[in-house]
Amino acid sequence: MSKEKMIHITKSVIKHALLLAVGFFWIYPFLWMISASFKGQNEFFQNRLGLIPKLPTVENFIRIWQKADFGTYFINTIIVTIFSVVIVLIMTMMAGYAMGRYKFVGRNLCMGVFLGSIAIPLVSTIIPTYEVVKEMHLVGTRLGLILSQAGGAHVIFLLLFTSFFQSVPNELEEASKIDGCNFFQTFYYIMMPLCKPVATTVVIMETIWAWNAFMLPLVLTLNNPASRTLAVGLYAFKGENTVDWTGIAAGGSIAVIPVIILFIFMQKHFVEGIAGAVKS
Amino acid sequence: MTRVQSDISAETKRIKLKGKIQMNAWCWLFMAMAVGFYILFQGYPIICSIQYSLLDWSGMTANAAFIGLQNYKELLQDELFWNAFFNSFKYMAMIVPLELAVSLFLAYMLNDERMKGRGLYRTMYFIPVVTTASVVGIIMIFIFGVQGPVNHLLVMLHILKAPVNFLGDAKYAMPTLVIISLWKDCGTYMIYWLAGLQGVAKDVYEAATIDGANRRQTFFHIVLPLIAPTGGIIAILCAINSLKVFDIVKTMTEGGPFYATDVIATYVYRTAFSSEIGMPRLGYASAAALFFGGTVIVVGVILNAIKSRLQNHAQ
Repeated sequence: MSKEKMIHITKSVIKHALLLAVGFFWIYPFLWMISASFKGQNEFFQNRLGLIPKLPTVENFIRIWQKADFGTYFINTIIVTIFSVVIVLIMTMMAGYAMGRYKFVGRNLCMGVFLGSIAIPLVSTIIPTYEVVKEMHLVGTRLGLILSQAGGAHVIFLLLFTSFFQSVPNELEEASKIDGCNFFQTFYYIMMPLCKPVATTVVIMETIWAWNAFMLPLVLTLNNPASRTLAVGLYAFKGENTVDWTGIAAGGSIAVIPVIILFIFMQKHFVEGIAGAVKS
Repeated sequence: MTRVQSDISAETKRIKLKGKIQMNAWCWLFMAMAVGFYILFQGYPIICSIQYSLLDWSGMTANAAFIGLQNYKELLQDELFWNAFFNSFKYMAMIVPLELAVSLFLAYMLNDERMKGRGLYRTMYFIPVVTTASVVGIIMIFIFGVQGPVNHLLVMLHILKAPVNFLGDAKYAMPTLVIISLWKDCGTYMIYWLAGLQGVAKDVYEAATIDGANRRQTFFHIVLPLIAPTGGIIAILCAINSLKVFDIVKTMTEGGPFYATDVIATYVYRTAFSSEIGMPRLGYASAAALFFGGTVIVVGVILNAIKSRLQNHAQ
């Protein structure tokens, strides 16, 4: 073996060792949390660094699922996530189609206003948003959470759809018009099936964002614990049970594991969406 | 032109106009939902904020009183507000350079399509991004706590003599927060950089190797200038996002200890929705939120101007 090749292999081994070591520390908090959620209270304090519970137990999960209402939080989170994803998908797909393919009156204004809202922090609109939901008599309800979660500009999704529909060749649309399709039919039969990859990206990203949302559900469920989502529920649980760390770890695992699994299986779409956002 | 011809051209004009009107109608129909939601949850709230900020109001509709710019005057003298205001910028100043450097380093390491295990590494570094920030904040209280794994490890390795209360000590709370946020969001910026790096043609690396440049030289003298424009956008996004931080601060430190990590978002939340300071003050909190929102927009505009200046200069 030549000397050069040896150097190359050594370098590559060092690189991988480094990446793996950093990677392990990177995900250690999650491994720690999942392992802690299977530990008993005593073991938790005796075995602080270790990741394999000596006496694994599901006691923590049963306790928080039944006594601390995590079952309700879980269902709330799923419902809020699903419906806000559906609304956001339909809304951004249709708007992206109009903005990507037509130069209608007011298009640039809409685009500009949507783009400008990237800079507006949620905290600047949270107080009146709360009041809007209050006026609709939806504070503390899942519907209120769904609607306000679906509100906002979703700039990334609009950009993804707009640039996708811009890239579809004109011939397809002309052909469908010759076949007698109107505006909506062209969209429904020709364009919608084409945009599946973008739609998948949007669904995955919004699912993860809606699932993780914190400030909105926190504010909107202040007076109604029964409609809390997992993100807020765990925070409230910690406030009430500061010493129950294995319970907190179990609640954290319930909140985090579904999104991690979703991400691992669908990561290509998520990563492409994020990369596409910065490109456009 | 004969009459028939002019009739035809008038007719085609009419049809075209009709088509145009129809197109506009359809487009606005398609925009309706997005625009409606936008107005309801973004546009209208911003206008309301302006109105609220001129009121002395606890949230009960009955007792709102118009007080003009009084809230803003009070804000200018509110030490806790300025503390939160500067903490937000301190946080930004600490996290942006670190975040950009660490994520660029990871991206550069992973920017080799033939590398084995590339997908696995990318997944590992990206996982914190998709997890719930509030959950991460809560778990980190223990991980960085006096009894937690970090202290345990540092004491075991004799780096620390005694456990340090990272989040409970005003000196360490902000840097600890920055490190945790850095770790949490790094994956996003790594992907942004990777998108930028993929735009650098392979020939560039080959040419550099032929010219005898080593890896470091190639990176600093060739790759970095090429991805600088993307870097500018990434820096602006990172800066704006860092000013919006809430979830992780709220759950991890609640702005404490002694307001050492209190940022604008936690300040506004406390003033508007929490009972710990007596009656909620929606009007006053709105003034603070608006003032800060305006500042974020100004920062965005300034950074954008700097970016285009630098780019023009480079050309």
